[in-house]
Amino acid sequence: MSEHNTHNTDVHAHGEHGHDEHAGLSKAKIWQVFFILLGITVVEFIIALVILPKGMVPQSAGNVAYILLTLLKAYYIVAFFMHLKFEKRGLQLSLGLAFIFIAYFITLMLIEGGFLHLHMNN
Amino acid sequence: MDSLSQLDQVKTTPWSGGRSPWSVEYGKIMMWFFLLSDAFTFSSLLVYYGAQRFSKFTWPDPDLVFQSIPGVIDSGAPLVFVGIMTFILIMSSVTMVLAVEAGHRRSKKEVVGWMIATIIGGFMFLGCQALEWSHLHHEGFWWGTIPEPEKLKEFFVGPVSEVSAQQFANLFFTITGFHGFHVFTGVLLNIIILFMTINGTFEKRGHYLMVEKVGLYWHFVDLVWVFVFTFFYLV
Repeated sequence: MSEHNTHNTDVHAHGEHGHDEHAGLSKAKIWQVFFILLGITVVEFIIALVILPKGMVPQSAGNVAYILLTLLKAYYIVAFFMHLKFEKRGLQLSLGLAFIFIAYFITLMLIEGGFLHLHMNN
Repeated sequence: MDSLSQLDQVKTTPWSGGRSPWSVEYGKIMMWFFLLSDAFTFSSLLVYYGAQRFSKFTWPDPDLVFQSIPGVIDSGAPLVFVGIMTFILIMSSVTMVLAVEAGHRRSKKEVVGWMIATIIGGFMFLGCQALEWSHLHHEGFWWGTIPEPEKLKEFFVGPVSEVSAQQFANLFFTITGFHGFHVFTGVLLNIIILFMTINGTFEKRGHYLMVEKVGLYWHFVDLVWVFVFTFFYLV
């Protein structure tokens, strides 16, 4: 019984290892992600050098677009280059949920910055 | 013995013990958690930068501050030089992930080639950053130092603020400096891994996990640059 169990665990462990290797990025996927990152950066340049100088959209809309595009780039780097998309859900959550604190911190500091903007200038 | 093995069979969920629930190797988990703490450090610097900038009426315009290509032209080319730097760093991230991919196939020769390419990319980025820093220093920006009032006008679209200019200078050199220090550390780690690969250490070990761990660090450096690029050069 015990021997059978050990054998089972071994097969399982081997299977998982095999799966991990299989989950590695293929060369085609790597270059695909590269071109996505490059494309997003080109879009950011077009916003900065063409769309905003011509005054087609206000600066604030440009800033929102920059931040969204940056988060999209960050997603591609973390999910594919750092391979987090293919890790277990538990690891994804323990790394991702921590950024709730960062979002909270950003909110606090923007409120603080807004207060200073109103009361301490001039 | 029999009852023990029965217990073993009952407990088979990932979190019931006896196995690694995330099936990630120890060193890799520790690298992830180090990077998480490092992300907090960078976030605190960038959030402080954002709060400062948000609280001011004027701020040096990035298109006016960063408009030179050191050694080529002095002005009139906003974002071009930093675009080159961004491209270099993304490219070296790609060569790093190709080294990891070659490591999965245990192809020592390819790992060595891609690691060398990654190290060259890292040095190119550091060289560009040195040029950028010396250019800004030449303009008069440094920790605790800003250009003369006459010169300072060139960097603002609206009214000039010396406090904003000083905050910009301090934060720019601190944050890009801290990032550059990370790039430099990453290059050193990459060189160590390159020599270990040439030495056949990973071949004997049977896996190239060490390349993956250093790769995580290198991608993180690229990730931070994406944010620095947005908040210093674009916004």
